[in-house]
Amino acid sequence: MLRTKRYGAAGKIAAAVCATLLLAACAKKGGADGMGGAGGYGADGAYGAGGRGGPPGSQQDFVVNVGDRVFFETDSTELTSTARSTLDKQAQWLSRYPRYAILIEGHADERGTREYNFALGARRSQVARDYLAARGVPASRVRTTSYGKERPVAVCDDISCWSQNRRAVTVLQGGAGS
Amino acid sequence: MTLSLAQLFRAAVMIAALLGLAALAPAARAQVNIDINQGNVQPLPIAIPSFLGQGGDAELARNIASVVEADLKNSGLFAPIDHKAFIEKITNTDVPPRFGDWRIINAQALVTGRVVRQGDGRLRTEFRLWDVFAGNQLDGQQFFTDKNWRRVAHLIADMIYERLTGEKGYFDTRVVYVDESGPKDKRVKRLAIMDQDGFNVRYITGGDELVLTPRFSPTSQEITYMSFGRAEPRVYLLNIETGQREVVGNFPGMTFSPRFSPDGQKVIMSLQQGGDSNLYAMDLRSRATTRLTDSGAIDTSPSYSPDGARIVFESDRGGNQQIYVMSSSGGGAQRISFGEGRYSTPVWSPRGDLIAFTKQSGGKFAIGVMKPDGTGERILTEGFHNEGPTWAPNGRVLMFFRDQGGGPKIYSVDVTGRNERRIPTPGFASDPAWSPPLN
Repeated sequence: MLRTKRYGAAGKIAAAVCATLLLAACAKKGGADGMGGAGGYGADGAYGAGGRGGPPGSQQDFVVNVGDRVFFETDSTELTSTARSTLDKQAQWLSRYPRYAILIEGHADERGTREYNFALGARRSQVARDYLAARGVPASRVRTTSYGKERPVAVCDDISCWSQNRRAVTVLQGGAGS
Repeated sequence: MTLSLAQLFRAAVMIAALLGLAALAPAARAQVNIDINQGNVQPLPIAIPSFLGQGGDAELARNIASVVEADLKNSGLFAPIDHKAFIEKITNTDVPPRFGDWRIINAQALVTGRVVRQGDGRLRTEFRLWDVFAGNQLDGQQFFTDKNWRRVAHLIADMIYERLTGEKGYFDTRVVYVDESGPKDKRVKRLAIMDQDGFNVRYITGGDELVLTPRFSPTSQEITYMSFGRAEPRVYLLNIETGQREVVGNFPGMTFSPRFSPDGQKVIMSLQQGGDSNLYAMDLRSRATTRLTDSGAIDTSPSYSPDGARIVFESDRGGNQQIYVMSSSGGGAQRISFGEGRYSTPVWSPRGDLIAFTKQSGGKFAIGVMKPDGTGERILTEGFHNEGPTWAPNGRVLMFFRDQGGGPKIYSVDVTGRNERRIPTPGFASDPAWSPPLN
């Protein structure tokens, strides 16, 4: 019972993060931090300018209507049922719009040591990639990387933030305007 | 300099006082070895009057003495006496002090010194270390410098520390660390090098790339660290004098958690391979790489024993993060951590006797030490969130970083767990790594 409840909460958080992500992505666009993958999201000039949800096949459509990220339990790399259903939707969407290559970023929350969290983030990105591959997204379209605990999306010091930071984010690359 | 037996005895007694031991026999110089695990050391009362200097060099002379005093005080082993208590005013460092005046205020050791501007413009700094109760000079030395007066002060402090404790000093050393600024979700990180007391901070990368876990070469002016570079996270080698840098090895995946071998000839690191991370060593001369682990797990944070024969690392091969020791050629890994919780970031002491680690248990992050066979675990500090210990070259003091939510700061703590101190840094600071001795 407890687990079901927790997944429900994660879903709600996911929706909230998606809404705020637009702002984050826009802010990131002009940043000089060099962290975004070259040609990654944020490079699309129209990004964030359209209505909620964006036109079908757009990055915004992917982020808002499909969900670009999945969340993990503490120190876990297992896909939850919520995560699997998000990845199912991602796989369908990516099959429909094959012009995108993708980068999967694995992240960890701050409650772990730096080195281990890099490895944990890498493992999370691999798990997501393997799942997408099993759902028909060819590995040749997918790169993975890990940010460890270096790039939290939620900044606070309690469980509500940590759960949002343990994530694998599917970032669309290329394909803009095509 | 030769010492009489009486002098040796007095020195031994002073060391005994330093250690809180009862007494030592005159012939017991071999017992000068400090058991660094002894607790309850009484700091040794020491008087360090301002050094003498003429004209414009008077302030410099005062500053040098102040740095010597601060180094010794910060070690936790010395208690510098308030200058207001001093009776004798030192006016000539070439003649012995009035020992009686220093005995009255309970100084056990006295340091006198002066700064002289030479004909060639360089500074000559002289100091003498006196045993107050024996009425003897224990040490005396002079240094020449054009402007690096802080370094002269650290060298003097090292000599005093070594003379009175029998251990090598660690004051003339540096620390490489990661300077952090900006909000938590967009942290800018730069590599920085500072003196061990937090002075002379120098930034060696610009902040346009995420940089992590820098480590000094034991033998050259090089640092190995992880950087996101322009694309993928990789281990780099950076020459801090020329600014030249290169990627270490030509690996197909993310490399991270680097560290040099004790001879400086190899870099050992983790390579991500699918969902696993394995340990590899790369010979810096031949560029040959050797795979050291293949356990279907996350193996990371490797650190060589000082003799280079073994490697300690963390692995989750048994289900969660624990510490293992194996041969430096790989193989024969034995788990050594068996306490409650998860153990990570092991670092072998330069003296070989202990392994420092981060331990997570019950939501807390502790810094601790254990023997290489896993026995004798001791926690030095605990809370949220301590991480990443590094050893002073003499194996007596550690630094680590602590982030209680606002941002990380660097702290030092004695290997006994006493004398925890914040190291002042201009900004937030993490991932400290101590240099080898500079001289």
